[in-house]
Amino acid sequence: MADNIPVTTKSPKEDFASDQDVRWCPGCGDYAILAQMKKVLPEIGVPREKVVFISGIGCASRFPYYINSYGFHTIHGRAPAVATGIKLANPELSVWIITGDGDSLSIGGNHLIHLCRRNLDVNVILFNNQIYGLTKGQYSPTSPLGKVTKTTPYGSIDRPFNPISLVLSAGATFVARTIDRDTKHMAEIFKRAAAHKGCSFVEVYQNCNIFNDGAYRLLTEPETKFDQVLYLEDGKPLIYGKEKNRGLRFNGFETEALEMNESAENKDLPVHRENSENEAYAQWLSRIGDVPGLPVPVGVFRAVQRPTYEQLSEQQLAGAIQKKGPGDLKQLFISGDTWKVE
Amino acid sequence: MKNIQEVSRVTIRFAGDSGDGIQLTGNQFTRTTAIALNDLSTLPDYPAEIRAPAGTLYGVSGFQIQFSSQNIHTPGDEVDVLVAMNPAALQSGLKSLKKNGIIIINGDAFTERNLRMANFSENPLENGFLAGYQVYPVDITRLSRDALEKIELTHKEKDRCKNFFALGMVYWLYNRSMDATVEWIERKFSRQPIWAEANVLALKAGRNYAEATELFATSYRVPEAKIEPGIYRQITGNEALTFGLIAAAAKARRNIFYGSYPITPASDVLQYMASYKHFGIKTLQAEDEIAAIGAAIGASFAGDIGVTATSGPGLALKSEFLGLAVMTELPLVVMDIQRSGPSTGMPTKTEQADLLQGLFGRSGEAPIPAIAASSPADCFYAAYEAVRVAIRFMVPVLVFSDAYLANGAEPWKIPDTEGLPEIEIEFAKAGEDYAPYLRDPQTLARRWALPGTPGLEHRLGGLEKQDVTGNVSYDPDNHEKMVRLRAEKVQRVGEFVEEPEIYGDSRGEVLVVSWGSTYGTVLTAVEQLRKEGKSASFYHLRWVNPLPKKLETYIRRFRRVIVPEVNLGQLRRIIRSTYLVDAVGFNRMKGQPISVSELKQAIEALLEEKNNGR
Repeated sequence: MADNIPVTTKSPKEDFASDQDVRWCPGCGDYAILAQMKKVLPEIGVPREKVVFISGIGCASRFPYYINSYGFHTIHGRAPAVATGIKLANPELSVWIITGDGDSLSIGGNHLIHLCRRNLDVNVILFNNQIYGLTKGQYSPTSPLGKVTKTTPYGSIDRPFNPISLVLSAGATFVARTIDRDTKHMAEIFKRAAAHKGCSFVEVYQNCNIFNDGAYRLLTEPETKFDQVLYLEDGKPLIYGKEKNRGLRFNGFETEALEMNESAENKDLPVHRENSENEAYAQWLSRIGDVPGLPVPVGVFRAVQRPTYEQLSEQQLAGAIQKKGPGDLKQLFISGDTWKVE
Repeated sequence: MKNIQEVSRVTIRFAGDSGDGIQLTGNQFTRTTAIALNDLSTLPDYPAEIRAPAGTLYGVSGFQIQFSSQNIHTPGDEVDVLVAMNPAALQSGLKSLKKNGIIIINGDAFTERNLRMANFSENPLENGFLAGYQVYPVDITRLSRDALEKIELTHKEKDRCKNFFALGMVYWLYNRSMDATVEWIERKFSRQPIWAEANVLALKAGRNYAEATELFATSYRVPEAKIEPGIYRQITGNEALTFGLIAAAAKARRNIFYGSYPITPASDVLQYMASYKHFGIKTLQAEDEIAAIGAAIGASFAGDIGVTATSGPGLALKSEFLGLAVMTELPLVVMDIQRSGPSTGMPTKTEQADLLQGLFGRSGEAPIPAIAASSPADCFYAAYEAVRVAIRFMVPVLVFSDAYLANGAEPWKIPDTEGLPEIEIEFAKAGEDYAPYLRDPQTLARRWALPGTPGLEHRLGGLEKQDVTGNVSYDPDNHEKMVRLRAEKVQRVGEFVEEPEIYGDSRGEVLVVSWGSTYGTVLTAVEQLRKEGKSASFYHLRWVNPLPKKLETYIRRFRRVIVPEVNLGQLRRIIRSTYLVDAVGFNRMKGQPISVSELKQAIEALLEEKNNGR
């Protein structure tokens, strides 16, 4: 049932800053993410009253308090469930889920995969810092093997999740990764996620400077980052390196890194295609960063179009009304066998 | 001409293998009985296994119906007529059969193999085991086949009609018209005329057999009951919940969002709701119990009426989200179709043991209003009222039903849709001075502001809220204030809803206090005692939280208070602690409703205490 709500169409940038004091630790990677989000939101073409931020529990999940839109700080791991109800109740809303590696991959793992498989048109931003921050430093489902934390004094024996690989398998239709230190790239990815119709998943490598400082140092420091990070660009070959002289290709079932004396741009290397129907390609990409000696891809792994869950739900509702006519209570009550007592 | 005897009340139990069509037979008998203007109450009783092996005791499917020329409120404790389609049905049905009760037996099914599976070492038809009952062995399988001689069906197919043969006999025994069933069969099998013909033939053959043979010396007639005029239909508790929700949504002019995860005995509601999309009902079969309530809360935040249903184990999983709904003060309806616990327990069997879980099973001080349906048809009104209260007070509301109400059916007088109470919603409007936790002074409800409304942007969450502003607050005084406000708001529901009336005198010897599905049993017991001149009255709770104000008044006016429940005494515990009264319990946990006669004895024992010097 439609509501007669007047719609404003423009939102100045400062509109998205809420009046609440931001309470993350100084130096936390979350600040950069918040700043980029505030910058991007006015540019996505949705007035702020139609923007809803939903979070679970954890440092990242404080995020909705800092954005002046509608927001819901729910319970641990369950933001996707609440988001599903919100989006089905009102498909016009731009719904953002803010979550962390513990929130979405441990306690809320089930909801995340089902959100992806349903292809609800929401944007999931996963702040991955490979640690539990709010509870002060326990290992998380993305902490590497051997990681020493307060709860793994002898090193973690849990194999980490690869979030990109997980959501690809679960059916997310837009899958991307970015890094808190590369704000320009992050802003671009957020815009792409907002524009995508369907379940958008963005993993942000985020530094927890208190409990897991430098987890992504190799990917962010100028001395190492060019050889460690591969920026995915649609229609471009898989190349990296400061001189763009490194490239990736298949060699049988293995991935081979090539180093050349000149730019690898025009060499015969696999070309990145975000919309490849072959999910195995994106899966291959997602696992490259796990291989020692190979770079970590960032950017858009996959972007494909599928009908969204709320579209299908609305269609079924409209179809039922078309077929049976709008529900009539009296008719409902007397459906089936009735009898009259005089 | 045989003898026709008039009786006022009869209980029949049809029983056989899951594949014998027992539920269908029972439903047809029920419908015919309703059309014959008897009051009635039914209890389907089927195995948990989807396709239990034929002939086994645990595979017995039963359907019990009590019908009467008087008002009745239960499907009956003791059975007058047992229709046993095989030895297992006989074995399991005997314990509730009256002395000298009638047993109609399908003699063809009493094979050595079936006897063994039913734990009979000898054939009970031959060894005098059934002395003390009126036993009528009929070769139902053979006679049905004979009746269908000219029909082009295999023996195996013909055997599927034997339930109609049995039904035909019972129709004769109770002087029932077969018209309604014949008409139903013809409609149901309009596209398979051979089956329509076969079933009608079997039905008529059964009736003719009973009439022609001198099998029964007597047939019976139950006169019409005085029934309020109107249009009626049969309704189960789960259907009634569905209708109640749909009606409330229509009255409120909002969509229902129904999120649920399949769980016995609540799954029906999700199935029904999914089939009523043209009423603007959105359903989500969620990935788990937690997501089901979470999505319902999200939908409520965005302006739909969020509803979820489950059973005990599912309610446990939902408890954290229920706490969030309490904190965020959003309208939400959670229905608990209770079953025997703890843990997986007996999923198809009834119990009332979730009361304390429902009222108190959350972290922190998280009170929620709770309403309990008292009969299958009452589930309609309970669901409707739950939506009304949830919206008016901006609270989650719990609706208690149970497996007995969910599957049981009774005639429902179809209400006038215009006569249903209005459900008004006033959302906060764009441009108004909005504070998320500013309250209505009367109801203490905060205002519902929908995402999409310009200028009302706000953030909800599980962290403690500052009064009025809704900002996160750790202030000690504010927290205490908010805890008390949330509790007070639930209490104020009591001023909005109607309090139940006492049945019987408003002072006297023994007061029976109950809640939920025990209603019919307790009412019957107290009715009978009062007819015998005993001083017993009955107060049945509708809202179990908050408790009605009158309850304390009545409790003080009786010498003794007894609380019958299908649990270890959960309401009794609340009554004792709330009113400091030495209430006693009557507690049975057999996965079945309490029996009238046992309860009567317990009340009588209390009445007699006085004579024993207490």
